[in-house]
Amino acid sequence: MADALGIDWTTDWIRRTAQVVHDHRVELVTLDREIGDGDHGENLDRGFTAVLAKLDTLADDAVPGDALKLVATTLISTVGGASGPLLGTAYLKGAAAVGKDEQLDGAAVVAFLTAARDGVVLRGKAEPGDKTMIDAWTPAVDAAAAAEAEGRSPAEILAAAADAAEKGAEATEPLVARKGRASYLGERAIGHRDPGAQSSSLILRAAADSAAGTGGAGTGGASTGGAA
Amino acid sequence: MKKLINDPKNVVDEAVVGFEAAHGDLVTVSHDPIYIARKDAPVAGKVGLVSGGGSGHEPLHGGFVGFGMLDAAVPGPVFTSPTPDPILAATKAVDGGKGVLHIVKNYTGDVLNFETAADLASAEDIEVRTVIVDDDVAVKDSLYTAGRRGVAGTVLVEKIAGAAAERGDDLDAVAAIATKVNGQVRTMGVALTPCVVPHAGEPSFVLADDEIEIGIGIHGEPGRERIKLEPADAIVDRLLGPILEDLPFASGDEVLLLVNGMGGTPQVELYIVFKHAAEVLAEKGITVTRSLVGNFVTSLEMQGVSISVLKLDEELTGLWDAPVQTAALRWGR
Repeated sequence: MADALGIDWTTDWIRRTAQVVHDHRVELVTLDREIGDGDHGENLDRGFTAVLAKLDTLADDAVPGDALKLVATTLISTVGGASGPLLGTAYLKGAAAVGKDEQLDGAAVVAFLTAARDGVVLRGKAEPGDKTMIDAWTPAVDAAAAAEAEGRSPAEILAAAADAAEKGAEATEPLVARKGRASYLGERAIGHRDPGAQSSSLILRAAADSAAGTGGAGTGGASTGGAA
Repeated sequence: MKKLINDPKNVVDEAVVGFEAAHGDLVTVSHDPIYIARKDAPVAGKVGLVSGGGSGHEPLHGGFVGFGMLDAAVPGPVFTSPTPDPILAATKAVDGGKGVLHIVKNYTGDVLNFETAADLASAEDIEVRTVIVDDDVAVKDSLYTAGRRGVAGTVLVEKIAGAAAERGDDLDAVAAIATKVNGQVRTMGVALTPCVVPHAGEPSFVLADDEIEIGIGIHGEPGRERIKLEPADAIVDRLLGPILEDLPFASGDEVLLLVNGMGGTPQVELYIVFKHAAEVLAEKGITVTRSLVGNFVTSLEMQGVSISVLKLDEELTGLWDAPVQTAALRWGR
């Protein structure tokens, strides 16, 4: 399992996510102001900054699931709004899915993404097409499963997931929102990208970039380009 | 943007320090995590009432902590729900052994975070009931939205449920009263200007000089339509129509009429609104027996108003009249 992803990937992903969320704070605030209440970038930045501050508390023998659980509990206790419990639940269920595994192979990566998506659905009760973060997560899970079935490496699976999440986030633009504050806009939400789908796509791109950098197999055909 | 702040990051922290300094006779403030509790909490043998939500709606909720109303309020960042940790801490701090009622405005973030906190409290053997407030009639089709929003009617739920808890009702009875009030109050609002979230630094939405937003939520989220500015009476008609149809209210009803400023509306305008609202109700044979006029559930500096009508009966009237002693509502004591 030379390609498998371990704790180094997990912590690199967390650091990279914190940076990406910080860099995109204004973009996310702007998207949220257009169809929500303008706090999404601020809240995520606060949450991942808190996660970074706690990374040092991980034990020396921590496994990926431990780091993911740390992200979950920290986001739930610092982010607030809807995105705190929703993303926190995603990481919590994802962490449970990979358990005590020291190395995540392709199947484990797919199991992580699937459990994370299912956690968001469970908490938020949104369906695909409701113009929520689910619209990034669901195509990401489908693309990851397809890549895994083709025998791709974990890094390639994450790259496929990130590509699909980006397209999914973009595809929220023409939708009418049916969940969250944007739902009150009715047709006026049309033409605006969902900020939750956008941030989820950034987070998944960071996962792919970290895998390309730390997981060994960065040689696949899928894009691992920058998040911007 | 001009605001009386020092640093957008410290808005809530500094405000609660000031609140504690001003109202230390009524409340104690926990700063980490942040919540505002009644001075004598926990009151043994009394059901505890906890509410909360994003800041920027003051005096909701901290201004309603005290005798006869809330036992604790949990302010989140501006327009952002608090996380479960402070909600749990506040719940534990006010549990007098009879359980705790969470009063939650129907916004996705508030509901999710209070739900998580209630689960955690249950795990620590504190009995929690939750009443979701969703009095806003501006949201028409709840099938395709997150449902009706909790707006100014929240203050009426908190006052009346608080009085029920104060007289010794048990948790189920207090929850039932809160549910009843929510079921009998309807609200609709209008915005004349947008509001500016401190850390965003720009208006949450844009209205032209001659435009108003009918059906506005308390975070600037729109409701029904954007129209040209009209005289106050015509705007009142637009707000009252959907309210009266919705319950529906009927001739012979006795009601509480709440005219609530959104933060930037002069009191004199609120009374102009009240005048016409009372006239319209009188024409329909509806008697305003209790009234409340002022800024209670605000959206920062937004200019605008909401009208709430609560159908009263003997019990609700009695509980409304019961003594209350909080920073923002105070009578009979």
